[in-house]
Amino acid sequence: MTAADSSISTHQDTHRAIDAVWRIESARLIAGLARIVRDVGLAEELAQDALVAALEQWPESGVPRNPGAWLMATAKHRAIDQLRRRTRLERKHEELGREVETRQETAVAEIEAAIDDDIGDDLLRLVFTACHPVLSPEARVALTLRLLGGLTTDEIARAFLVPEPTVAQRIVRAKKTLAEKRVPFEVPRGEELAARLSSVLEVLYLVFNEGYAATAGEDWMRPALCEDALRLGRILAELVPKEPEVHGLVALMEIQASRSRARIGPSGEPILLLEQNRARWDQLLIRRGLAALQRAEKLGGALGPYGLQAAIAACHARARTPEETDWQRIAALYGALARITPSPIVELNRAVALSMAFGPAAGLELVDELTAEPALQGYHLLPSVRGDLLAKLGRFEEARAEFERAASLTRNERERELLLRRAAACGRTDQ
Amino acid sequence: MRFMMLMIPKGYETAAPGTVPDAAAVAAMMKYNESLQKAGVLLALDGLHPPSTGARVTFPGGKPKVTDGPFAEAKEVLGGYWMIQVKSREEAIEWASRCPASENEIIEVRQVQEMSDFPPDVQEAAAGFAEMQMKSGHSQGA
Repeated sequence: MTAADSSISTHQDTHRAIDAVWRIESARLIAGLARIVRDVGLAEELAQDALVAALEQWPESGVPRNPGAWLMATAKHRAIDQLRRRTRLERKHEELGREVETRQETAVAEIEAAIDDDIGDDLLRLVFTACHPVLSPEARVALTLRLLGGLTTDEIARAFLVPEPTVAQRIVRAKKTLAEKRVPFEVPRGEELAARLSSVLEVLYLVFNEGYAATAGEDWMRPALCEDALRLGRILAELVPKEPEVHGLVALMEIQASRSRARIGPSGEPILLLEQNRARWDQLLIRRGLAALQRAEKLGGALGPYGLQAAIAACHARARTPEETDWQRIAALYGALARITPSPIVELNRAVALSMAFGPAAGLELVDELTAEPALQGYHLLPSVRGDLLAKLGRFEEARAEFERAASLTRNERERELLLRRAAACGRTDQ
Repeated sequence: MRFMMLMIPKGYETAAPGTVPDAAAVAAMMKYNESLQKAGVLLALDGLHPPSTGARVTFPGGKPKVTDGPFAEAKEVLGGYWMIQVKSREEAIEWASRCPASENEIIEVRQVQEMSDFPPDVQEAAAGFAEMQMKSGHSQGA
């Protein structure tokens, strides 16, 4: 290897190391800057400027001992330059000017202290700002992954199967909207907190589900979304540890993620929960999920929707075999869920749980009521479940009709085949 | 990607049972552990009792032989580990670099093997046995 080769590879190594530092530090950096300049768009620009400086200097000087502080100091210097041109912001200019006049070492020490003290709050402010309900869900997702997840525009585009310019535009418009609507850079208080928090959790779960829905063979950025969502959820859990629904969501994601290796069959076909090889469930993630659920429960009060969904997932996670599943508990949990977020889908799931706990007749009673539900009219799982319960009760002729109906409603080829096979099996069992 | 950060404290190979690090070191380490937790990357961590309390099982001629610790020939032993979830080897190394370790400590960073790392036939072998165990006694149908 020539000297030129080795210097290139060293630069590449440093670049990768800088990427890693960026993933660790960028959210805190942007958050800290946003508090000072009161604009997330400007904060991100300043942070990016600091990154450019790092990319220029660190290959020579090496990655500094405290990269976060270095980046913050660099960004603040640039912020001062910018703010000097904006006389309206003299108050902040003074604040920053004081820090710049002290010696370099003390400046870094102050910044380090400031980072320790305020960063939790600043990061939380950034979370609530990026997930502000004035933005559309797609905008919130893009901005969150960008500012908090440290993903590049290209990575976000690949993850969500949309063109990069679309994502870039979404982010630009989102920042503009926040500025135009004068969204304050703050953590909501009191009653507002609960509502705003649910907007944050919605974003995280959206990201998670996008990753969860990704199939094998797709761009690896997609299933990686589950990890991104989990990481952000865990971060949030430490920022607002007294919020049970945050722990509930984290628990739900940990437990769902625990099944990712068991969900897909050898030819890429999805495997139903009850048919999965439980030896492939990640016990580490299950343990983490159960611990998170416990944190939610320990905070007292009734579980919210994420907590309840996590509790249901936990019932499955605790069962070493499908036969050991505590279906009565699951049925009760769906009942609680139905009371706070009533939906025909929740009722249908509850019917399945009831049938597993108390026999098919118990489930069928509820399913029969649901056949009149307008929301479930085109939904293939309703006749599919009804067919299954009828078959278990020996009413094969009716079961066959339901399976055929379900097959006609599903757009999934594999599912259709499965349902038609079940219909055919009813025909043979009859007589 | 999952990585283990393996803590190798020099001198631990001869440490007496019940050896504990000093309070200041523990406090610094707790802060570090917290930082991993707050960053959402920590999956698991544990400390290990010194080898003087442990045992080694070797297999001369294929037959197990147990030797109680400490182990004279061991120059490096594990003191504990962290398991973290990160996007790259560099990120794992960056985290390891931030550990408030002393001059006498080494942190070895190793990627955790995932099933998908293995060729299909190995995956089959690993999955098959568990599947078999699951299915015995499992009745089909209702």
